[in-house]
Amino acid sequence: MSALPLPTVDLALDVRDLVKCFGAVRAVDGLSFALAPGRTLGLLGGNGAGKTTTIGMIMGLVRPDGGTIRILGRDPERERSALLAEMNFESPYVDMPHRLTVRQNLTVFARLYEVERPRERIAELARDFALEPFLDRRSGALSAGQKTRVALAKALLNRPRLLLLDEPTASLDPDTADWIRSRLEDYRRETGAALLIASHNMAEVERLCDDVVILSSGRIAAEGTPAELMRRFGRDGLEEVFLDVVRGRGTADERAEKEARP
Amino acid sequence: MTSTTIATPSRRVHAGFSFARVGAMVLRYWYLLANSWPRAVELVYWPTVQMLTWGFVQSYIAAKSPYFAGAGGLFVAALLLWDVLLRSQQGFAFAFLEEMWSRNLGNLLMSPLRTSEFVASLMVISLIRLTIGMVPVTLIAIPLFGFNIWGLGGALAIFFANLVATGWAMGFLIVGLLLRHGLGAEALSWSLMFVLMPLTCVYYPVGILPAWLQPIALALPPTHVFEGMRAVLIDHVFRFDHLAWAVGLNIVWLGAGIVAFRVLLAAARRAGSLVQQGE
Repeated sequence: MSALPLPTVDLALDVRDLVKCFGAVRAVDGLSFALAPGRTLGLLGGNGAGKTTTIGMIMGLVRPDGGTIRILGRDPERERSALLAEMNFESPYVDMPHRLTVRQNLTVFARLYEVERPRERIAELARDFALEPFLDRRSGALSAGQKTRVALAKALLNRPRLLLLDEPTASLDPDTADWIRSRLEDYRRETGAALLIASHNMAEVERLCDDVVILSSGRIAAEGTPAELMRRFGRDGLEEVFLDVVRGRGTADERAEKEARP
Repeated sequence: MTSTTIATPSRRVHAGFSFARVGAMVLRYWYLLANSWPRAVELVYWPTVQMLTWGFVQSYIAAKSPYFAGAGGLFVAALLLWDVLLRSQQGFAFAFLEEMWSRNLGNLLMSPLRTSEFVASLMVISLIRLTIGMVPVTLIAIPLFGFNIWGLGGALAIFFANLVATGWAMGFLIVGLLLRHGLGAEALSWSLMFVLMPLTCVYYPVGILPAWLQPIALALPPTHVFEGMRAVLIDHVFRFDHLAWAVGLNIVWLGAGIVAFRVLLAAARRAGSLVQQGE
């Protein structure tokens, strides 16, 4: 994936004191985190923890009630369209038009992102993601794995500096999921892009993420590198850490303290 | 976390309104029509059925009434202009609905596509759909019923522009409701325009309505278009007063439609309903 250098920026994403209320419910409650270029941050949390709302606010689809978001050092409220041209998004819960072929869909999105030399870029991605055998097939006729590969190709069309991924390997078989993770690792290594991943797959988070934020009721319940979190919670894997957090069992020290009480 | 350089390619992304992005969306809808023959057939099928039905009614009435015999093509013209109004609104709203049906809205809302560009593409595609649907029907009416709506000349262009403007005003409202309330508001895109049908006096003059209903009818831009059409076909005069009212009211309606759309979009962002639709 060829690339030209752009100026250095300090943070790809800087979220501070973010608040979003839906009626009496504080869906996101004073959330702060940062993501540097070249890093991958995992956003974890149970259903209703505030992950989707947070991503929606980052993408400008949900208006925050408080706090600030800066993307690539800029204000997304003021420069939404220009910033979205430098970002991209992939989720198995969002489809591309079924009636259009893969090539037609990628052509439309290449034009929306005003990608230079779109045919060459689509051909390059078709090779990278092994789309060539079904490039002229209707998107609706693809398997789940093929759809995910197409969605990722779409997400990388504009070579985003910030890539948001919502459960990028959900419903994929282990082989395809591993293949997708490898492509994401390659992309980050080759471009220095920042990745924000919302996922329920803890093995995936352990493999891809440098840092992890675990949300509970809209707040950060735990954060750190996967290794730090496992050490702090005295667990061998992030899945157990996640369960400790969402079930309120606490860190290793807190559990030991509870057990020591008469 | 360390700071590093992000390497990305040079871009030519427009900071302001981009015709290239409008073109991308028009291409998307064109692909859809080209790939789905039932969609293309549907555009022509219903106007043709309607035109045949009303054309034969017109022929029957003209044979029985010398008054209607002198007003050649009155019902067919009314029907064709009604279809311009209905289909400009439906073309606008249905193109948007395609994104909801295909679960593609999230991809678009999280792309650099501006709201104004999205709306512009909906307008363009509604005109394309209208052209595909209406031109063949108007041509069929010439040999079948001896009525050439193109013979209205400049008046046709004025009627057309005013009806499309009203259709888009309604389209703005419907798309705003879809953004705010999701597919729960889908039925409105099919049915809302029909509420106007009896009030806009498509097939009869305003004077037929009860006195208390006439001011309401005259507040609707299409009423003046249909009154103007009857003046041309029956009295062979062009009523500039109706034109002025239609244009003035359309400015108000389009303004109100855009305001409603913006208010509903802002409400959708506050309520988080765009995220729900995106997924």
